[in-house]
Amino acid sequence: MNWQKEWKYLLWILLAFLGCFFLPVGWARFDAAVLEAFHLVKWYAREHVLLCLIPAFFIAGAIGVFISQGAVMKYLGAGANKIIAYGVASVSGAILAVCSCTILPLFAGIYRMGAGLGPATAFLYSGPAINVLAIVLTASVLGPEMGIARGLGAIVFSIVIGLLMAVIFREDDRHRQEGIPMAMPEEQTSRSLWQNGLYFFSMVGILVFANWGETQSTEGLWALIYSAKWLITSGFSILFAVILVRWFGLALWKVVMAAAAVLVSALVFPDTPVIPFTVGFIGLSVITSLDKGELGQWFTSSWDFAKQILPLLLIGVLIAGFLLGRVGNEGMIPSDWVARAVGGNSWQANFFASIAGAFMYFATLTEVPILQGLIGAGMGKGPALALLLAGPALSLPNMLVIRSVLGTKKTLVFVCLVVVMATLSGILFGAFF
Amino acid sequence: MEIKVLGPGCPKCTALSESVERIAKEMEIDYELEKVSDLDKIMGYGVFMTPGLVVDGEVKSVGKVPSPEEIKKMLKK
Repeated sequence: MNWQKEWKYLLWILLAFLGCFFLPVGWARFDAAVLEAFHLVKWYAREHVLLCLIPAFFIAGAIGVFISQGAVMKYLGAGANKIIAYGVASVSGAILAVCSCTILPLFAGIYRMGAGLGPATAFLYSGPAINVLAIVLTASVLGPEMGIARGLGAIVFSIVIGLLMAVIFREDDRHRQEGIPMAMPEEQTSRSLWQNGLYFFSMVGILVFANWGETQSTEGLWALIYSAKWLITSGFSILFAVILVRWFGLALWKVVMAAAAVLVSALVFPDTPVIPFTVGFIGLSVITSLDKGELGQWFTSSWDFAKQILPLLLIGVLIAGFLLGRVGNEGMIPSDWVARAVGGNSWQANFFASIAGAFMYFATLTEVPILQGLIGAGMGKGPALALLLAGPALSLPNMLVIRSVLGTKKTLVFVCLVVVMATLSGILFGAFF
Repeated sequence: MEIKVLGPGCPKCTALSESVERIAKEMEIDYELEKVSDLDKIMGYGVFMTPGLVVDGEVKSVGKVPSPEEIKKMLKK
């Protein structure tokens, strides 16, 4: 026996054995927590995948392929107007940062070669919070007001943080590289701005109205929209199909075939609109995935998002369910611990949530199920927003990367500003909702 | 030929370097492929949208994974 080579296997086997030997099966809390994890996964699969995530993947994919990123970067370049640069930096995360791994290079680029420290930090703060997938999932799982507060909070406070950074370090521009031109991606515009705009409008319309929530009262505008939501969704789908044929060069017969399949499934299952909706997306997927041109690229880009994010989300939901349980049920962590740490809307609760969010690492979108678990266990709405704002923008690993770009002092100030701003917005939000 | 793939290790960067490697072998190019993940070095090329492709010191593509045909053109001198 060659122990020098085999000891690692022995260690793993021993660990696995001990794990199995002391597996806390039969302990009521553990058993319940495992069940909770599966219940939560099932709930996500039923409520959020077909109507919400799949359209959102297509929109995120379309943003990556059809929106000219170079055009946006022009406003963040070295010669850009400062005021416009802050505005653009605070909202452009929605377009530029569809994948969280692109944020840091863009941030470094804006800082070193572009508009400078202020806009760069504004972008870094708001980018991860306002990408389409994050906002859509937040609004769908945690409620529209939380989704809107997350988006608005991120945009407003990113400008504040960017301006403060620029004022604090106004003397310090020596890390800037002059003379290296930014390498811009090639432009490819075959459609005008309003054509692209209408294309995105039709997709967002499908997403929003398919997910239109039931209201408590049966009267009023919202209830009226709810009762007609599938009609409205169909309207947007028809607009979308027309746009694809007219401006994207999609063959008419393909769209007619897909539409016919949707119609048939709608007639066969008139009471479950999810089925024709899904058939529609299967049709769209088949058509676009077989396309060789830009529609094919669109599908590939959407598919890449799905491939990358779905496994992370599944694991995130399982862990959140195991630790925190569904709303009204407990997982491994007792609810009163959560309520004691981040319940209510006190300064301490908001501050604690901001600090925790700033240092913890959330894989893309997993902050949503974790937060849902925490809210179910008694976390206040204010601290929840604080964690949402501080969480995706910062984590221990990305602080290290930021430090390599900005240096220790600026990074420390940035982290402090993020924590303070997230705490403040949490308290504000908690006071009103 | 000196090929560099710039990117901090996102899935698209891996996809690009795999694709480049395959095509370079197909074209029987004598090449050296380096993956650059250090942000400072990436910035040195003026690239801020990853993945980026640099051939013999010249930035050929940024912010996307080009199609195989495009990569072939970029690898031809």
